[in-house]
Amino acid sequence: MTVYVMCFILFLVGLYGVLTRRNLIKIVIGFSIMEFSCFLFLAMIGYIENGLAPILKEEMENPVYVDPLPQAMVLTAIVIGLATTAMLLAIAIRIYKKYGTFDIRKVNELKG
Amino acid sequence: MELIPALYIIIPLLGAFLIPIIGHFVKGFQKTISVIITLFLVFYSVWFYIVGYEAPAVTKVGGWEAVNGVPIAIYLIYDGLSAFIILTVNLIAFLSTVYAMGYIKRFTAENNFYALLCLMIAGMNGVVLSGDIFNMYVFLEIAVIASYALVAFGTEKRELEASFKYQVLGGIASLLILFAVGLLYWQTQTLNLADISAILQYQDQSPALIFTEVLLIVGFGLKEAMIPFHAWLPDAHSSAPSPISAMLSGVLIKAVGVYALIRLFFNIFTITYEVSLLIVVLGTLSMVIGVLLAISQWDLKRLLAYHSISQMGYVVIGVGIGMMIIFEDGNRTVAALSIAGGLFHLINHAVFKGLLFLDAGAIEYMSGTRNLKELGGLSQKMPVTSSTSLGASLAISGIPPFNGFFSKLLIIIAAVRAEFYLLAALAVFVNFVTLGSFMKFIRYAFFNMKESKVSLKAKKLPFSMKFSMITMVILCVLMSLMVFPFFRDILLNPAVDVLINTGEYATKIIGS
Repeated sequence: MTVYVMCFILFLVGLYGVLTRRNLIKIVIGFSIMEFSCFLFLAMIGYIENGLAPILKEEMENPVYVDPLPQAMVLTAIVIGLATTAMLLAIAIRIYKKYGTFDIRKVNELKG
Repeated sequence: MELIPALYIIIPLLGAFLIPIIGHFVKGFQKTISVIITLFLVFYSVWFYIVGYEAPAVTKVGGWEAVNGVPIAIYLIYDGLSAFIILTVNLIAFLSTVYAMGYIKRFTAENNFYALLCLMIAGMNGVVLSGDIFNMYVFLEIAVIASYALVAFGTEKRELEASFKYQVLGGIASLLILFAVGLLYWQTQTLNLADISAILQYQDQSPALIFTEVLLIVGFGLKEAMIPFHAWLPDAHSSAPSPISAMLSGVLIKAVGVYALIRLFFNIFTITYEVSLLIVVLGTLSMVIGVLLAISQWDLKRLLAYHSISQMGYVVIGVGIGMMIIFEDGNRTVAALSIAGGLFHLINHAVFKGLLFLDAGAIEYMSGTRNLKELGGLSQKMPVTSSTSLGASLAISGIPPFNGFFSKLLIIIAAVRAEFYLLAALAVFVNFVTLGSFMKFIRYAFFNMKESKVSLKAKKLPFSMKFSMITMVILCVLMSLMVFPFFRDILLNPAVDVLINTGEYATKIIGS
């Protein structure tokens, strides 16, 4: 159980980073930490103690496999996470070109 | 013609793939193909309302049959509720695409615009059709990543800032949803929605399940911009190009927010008092605070965006009251009336808010500004825009011949019959504030001749923009017909039946 709680704490660390940092790149890093805590959680729920990699072999009797479905989910989620992070960084670079800064206190055209 | 739910996803996805490649060589390909795709999708979704289909139509992707009653394939499900939302999505998508043909000329990179638009449509159709919670998450990400890029399409200061804000908040929402998907899989060992529903029926409310439900409400609430989670919406919806604003406000927040929320909390989880109360409270807050924030806005598109929050509040309370009555095992006709009101308001809002954003785009196209203080006297220079704006404003503020009146009436009648008197009173009050706010828009944009400093930048509106606007204002009037039993039976009741018979979803799809 402790590992799951620690995983959630990692999620909160990322959230704290997103909410408190003033630098756009640091916000993206905080966001990535949140993302990876999710992936870690997904990978952990499929884990079975002493489980083998889920590859079917004929000579084994009653093998114990880890659950392969969360692994497939993690791979998909990583690809999506890559797209999201790439999008965030691309926009951050464009903002730097327009405003000349990564400081969110100076990026405040929109109000109200 | 046979019903193949996968076509709703495959065709726009194929379009999104082909447009950047072929559009690079063939001039005008991107416009033609996206209009053909969206027109076909509208036709395809209307067709099955006319000829009827066997609900629910289930496609097992890959053709894998269930083993020992455990579903293996990813299911695509086309039932009454999905059909209704699909119709809304594709109708607005078609009209926005036609509008974009004239409007988007002033941007470069037209290919990318149409490709992203097709991708967004594919994602939204996928969310609505998916019968598998992880698949739903994947399509949701496709739709929102395309929308992040489209919000930043102008690549000016404001657009980029709005897009960054939208991405961070939207990303947090997506991660909360992913976390909840993991938790659900942990508890039920399955991802299929119908299977999850069948398993959860026999389980008590464990703390883990409550935690999952909270994560899902916050995640989809952020996507839908209910009031404590609304910070990104006015920025993102006002910064996007106008046809995209119409798509975002008209359908995106509904397909990935409201639809997912009501599908999960009606059909998958057992309804509890706490959840239904939370949904009603969030809806009421959105409805009241959204409209109060809208009063002080002078930027036309920001004003419309705040009204989106407020109008979505109506949809959510309509559905929430229904949920509460089902939980209390009360009068089912009142519950049906309330949910029908909510769904009716959903499609109405898609049409009139879409139209208002298109009008805002037309005003910006002609005058180059959308600050209400700088506008004025446009009623003679832009007759089509002013008359359609007037129609849409009357529809959103609930004036009788238009559709908004009937859906709000249904919701208010249901609230009174379910003895939520305060809620009914608030709904009426918010409606008057909305009316006032839109009278301000009409006065400052179209009349107000004296202070007018506006000089027109373009000679006249392109035909495609006028076509969309006129079609939508006609729809605003025609849609009132849905309140009559004949049309209600065809369009609304199948969707309401799916929600009201909460347990049937599982049995119909995976069998006993």
